[in-house]
Amino acid sequence: MTLRFFGVFLLWVAALPALAVIETYQFDTDLQRQRYNAFIEELRCPKCQNQNLSGSDSAIAQDLRRQIHQMIIDGKSDIEITQYMVDRYGDFILYRPRFSGAALVLWLLPVALLLTGLVIWSLMTSRRGRRAEDSAPLSDSDRQALQALLDDQIDDDKPSSGGRL
Amino acid sequence: MDRFKLFLPLIIFLLLAAVFFGVQRQVQTGDYSPTALPSALLDRPLPDFSLPTLDGGQLSRDQLPAQWLLVNVWATWCPTCHYEHPFLLELAQRGVLILGVDYKDKTALAVKWLEEKGDPYFATVFDGDGSLGLDLGVTGAPETYLVDAAGVVRLRYQGALDQQVWEREFLPVVSQFSGEAE
Repeated sequence: MTLRFFGVFLLWVAALPALAVIETYQFDTDLQRQRYNAFIEELRCPKCQNQNLSGSDSAIAQDLRRQIHQMIIDGKSDIEITQYMVDRYGDFILYRPRFSGAALVLWLLPVALLLTGLVIWSLMTSRRGRRAEDSAPLSDSDRQALQALLDDQIDDDKPSSGGRL
Repeated sequence: MDRFKLFLPLIIFLLLAAVFFGVQRQVQTGDYSPTALPSALLDRPLPDFSLPTLDGGQLSRDQLPAQWLLVNVWATWCPTCHYEHPFLLELAQRGVLILGVDYKDKTALAVKWLEEKGDPYFATVFDGDGSLGLDLGVTGAPETYLVDAAGVVRLRYQGALDQQVWEREFLPVVSQFSGEAE
């Protein structure tokens, strides 16, 4: 008995996501449905800080979904719908910022940072290369001194050279 | 120099901590609200509308008086509007013109609300389906728009009005634009 009750409870829990389906809209063509889905994925709910229209159940998101559906049915173009939304809610509503105005910072800053990094990197490598070149030529006396040191070293390493510690 | 490099992480940490503390402080004092959005309507004319009023008439944008006024978006389902209402009454008594926008509400409830609490609005348009709200870029209630004599929106405030907000947000804008006009 308890087991059956538990089973029913599990079924109920599993069916809960069905309640999450908020609205169903009718479209004339599949293309219209695809455009609607693209819009509610890419437009941000103005009330929520970081949710798109499809993910939000707030009243304003419902209104905007209804508005998008209506505009698509009325044959408005994507550009007209986007402009309508931006006129009312500003650039905030676009998850894909436009290539203009303050949003330019978002687009160009990564490129600028990458270029700065490349410049710094090339400066550092060229400086390191120059230092290596500077140290390359040895004068004859330097060479002799170096050779003497090396010879000395080799003598030290020979066990036969006797009991120096 | 090497010694300085050793302390670099600590210095960066202290700088970031100072920045975050400053922002948090501003949030607490109300100088900065992360949820407040700049209105797309700012410095643009109030959108056109023609809507029924609560007293059974009809009001359109062109019929609005040519002077500074507030457009207050409210609804009976909105608890913050309840909190804000006494201050609106006070403003109306001081002679501030307030246009009410009854946003996504029921007429009977709204009429009853104004009868019980007093009516600070010179007119209240009934925006049952939220179409004017959409044109205004409303994200919720209450929201208040400051409109100048030429019908241009000069300020949008999201949230409840009170004396402090009125002095901090609204009065400077009014005096700024009135000063320019003179």
